[in-house]
Amino acid sequence: MSPNRNILVALLVSGATLLLAGCEHPPVAHEQIGYRGTGMERIVNPRTVAANAALHEAPEAAPAVPADGPKATLLYKNLQVLGDLNVAEFNRTMAAMTQWVAPEQGCAHCHNPANFAEDSKYTKVVARRMIQMTRQINGNWQDHVKETGVTCYTCHRGHNIPEKSWFAEREVATEGRLLGNNFGQNRAGMASVANASLPYDPYTPYLLKANEIRVAGTTALPTGNKTSIKDAEATHGLMIHMSDALGVGCTWCHNTRAMAEWSQSTPQRVQAWFGIRMVREINNEYIVPLTAVTPPDHLGPTGDIAKANCATCHQGANKPLNGAAMAKHYPALAGAAKPADTLAERKAGKN
Amino acid sequence: MAEYQNLFTQVQVEGPTSMGIELENARDNDERTLGPVHLHLLGRLGNAQLGPIYLGFFGLASVIFFTIGFTSIGWNYLVQVNYSPIQFVRQMFWLSVDPPAPSWGLHIPPLNQGGWWLFAGFFITVSILLWWVRMYRRARALGMGTHVCWAFAGAIWLYLVLGFFRPVLLGRWSEAVPFGIFSHLDWTTAFSLRYGNLFYNPFHMLSIAFLYGSVLLFAMHAATILAVSRFGGEREIEQIVDRGTASERAALFWRWTMGFNATMESIHRWAWWFAVLTCVTGGIGILLTGTVVDNWYLWSVKHGVAPSYPELWGPVIDPAAVQSAPAVAPAAH
Repeated sequence: MSPNRNILVALLVSGATLLLAGCEHPPVAHEQIGYRGTGMERIVNPRTVAANAALHEAPEAAPAVPADGPKATLLYKNLQVLGDLNVAEFNRTMAAMTQWVAPEQGCAHCHNPANFAEDSKYTKVVARRMIQMTRQINGNWQDHVKETGVTCYTCHRGHNIPEKSWFAEREVATEGRLLGNNFGQNRAGMASVANASLPYDPYTPYLLKANEIRVAGTTALPTGNKTSIKDAEATHGLMIHMSDALGVGCTWCHNTRAMAEWSQSTPQRVQAWFGIRMVREINNEYIVPLTAVTPPDHLGPTGDIAKANCATCHQGANKPLNGAAMAKHYPALAGAAKPADTLAERKAGKN
Repeated sequence: MAEYQNLFTQVQVEGPTSMGIELENARDNDERTLGPVHLHLLGRLGNAQLGPIYLGFFGLASVIFFTIGFTSIGWNYLVQVNYSPIQFVRQMFWLSVDPPAPSWGLHIPPLNQGGWWLFAGFFITVSILLWWVRMYRRARALGMGTHVCWAFAGAIWLYLVLGFFRPVLLGRWSEAVPFGIFSHLDWTTAFSLRYGNLFYNPFHMLSIAFLYGSVLLFAMHAATILAVSRFGGEREIEQIVDRGTASERAALFWRWTMGFNATMESIHRWAWWFAVLTCVTGGIGILLTGTVVDNWYLWSVKHGVAPSYPELWGPVIDPAAVQSAPAVAPAAH
């Protein structure tokens, strides 16, 4: 080979290598999860799973304490939600929460060390509301969390604020005659839609507001479905978020030959449907009302509080903490069921 | 020596510049400009002679319209990255000039709310149509048939269906394809999701069959001609009327291997129709989507096209349907 040809070959090889640099290297494991010939496969990269294993490991439960003994209210003041516990269980719960949420700061993250009972720190007000939220999830959202339930650790994983949360994007102003405004899409590097050019705030419309997610026609011939392609792109953005948050592909829930058809879908789609409504309630009923007590430096660019999405709990696993049932070890977090009719309304998206 | 194993032309004839035949119209002769140079590297791929080029009125008008349309897209990309050249390159694949929001219908919105899409689309469409006229007129000037421009018209049909006819039929510009690299791919996915899987659209099926068929025919024809070029097989036009040993061998090869052979003439008709029908059937499929059919999967079930598969997980029922039925307790499913 002539030197020129060698240089050409070297350039081609390095060019091809650069093009492939963004890809995961094979092999990936795949598993058939549906009827043969339908392409229902689950694809997992074992190296990604191995690298993230520590993240999805649940901490060991604190040793159980006797169920009897004096009530915590006898010893402590200002117990608004945990008053039913006995002293031993109360202290065990407090210790566990410290490990889950503020392992470095300790008790003083929420409590005034001079007077543990007072509500002077906003974090204590938030923590109380979050316990109520956890009980609501464990008690009334079993359609999504099943018997596994959630604890503070499901989201917090040792951080004061869960690492995976979201703020609303600052809207681009429409200035001048040129198209400086991208109308919330077509931007590189947006993690919310896994770097796709899709609308990059899939949260506000669907996980805060109750915008219609379904876009596909429901009849063979047109019968008045005016949903636009742009709506379909926004829904696609939400689906990319869910897929990314759970570390799964479309086929985890959908048969891709008929994405919208429930009869073709897997049972996971039903669970995800409840999950979307659950996150909507978490954001609207529990998190957003705490905006007022949150210090400004913890708020987002538009002055909103950090909110929950699918990744907040899942963090890349289809079952948070790989399905470890932590909640059953903590009676303080067990939920009390609400009247069924209110719940039905909420799940139907009327919140 | 296996000549077909080379990407590049093996025979490069060097000779005096060919200015082409004298045309009847004196102006057609005069407007041949940019005049000719010989480049060896071009000769590796095609003809070594570059020029003369005929631009003429329609060519020049087309270039001007295209430049305005193309620049307006590029300039809007630039303003979206605040005139940063680095971000312009980094975000090139993501940037887009989108059609107006659905609420604008077929009205003309302000430039910064989708008007630029209409602006760029208008200038590029006019440019394409002018280019078509130019191809027609140049073919006529040379006394040729007009096969090339009618094939081009097939592609223009698909382009106009996507960006003009279908949006007009549905009453909103927002249905049209954006001008952007990733954004037009997202449009394609969203289109299929919205209309229940385009793969169940029979015209889409036909279009794919013609597309893949074109590829197959192109490979078969090119391989056959290269394989008999040692017998003069590349002189295809002569061999249509004066069949030589190259034609005989090529024909016999295909009769031996698949029982049937095209002829030196008909293979080009096969290729032309496959290529043109790719766009024509594709355009029909797009035009019917949303206007006549709203969900291609359900349409296919209705007409017995889509097979049904056994349920593996027991009935999976839409929870929204369960919720709205008053008799069912919300926790049960």
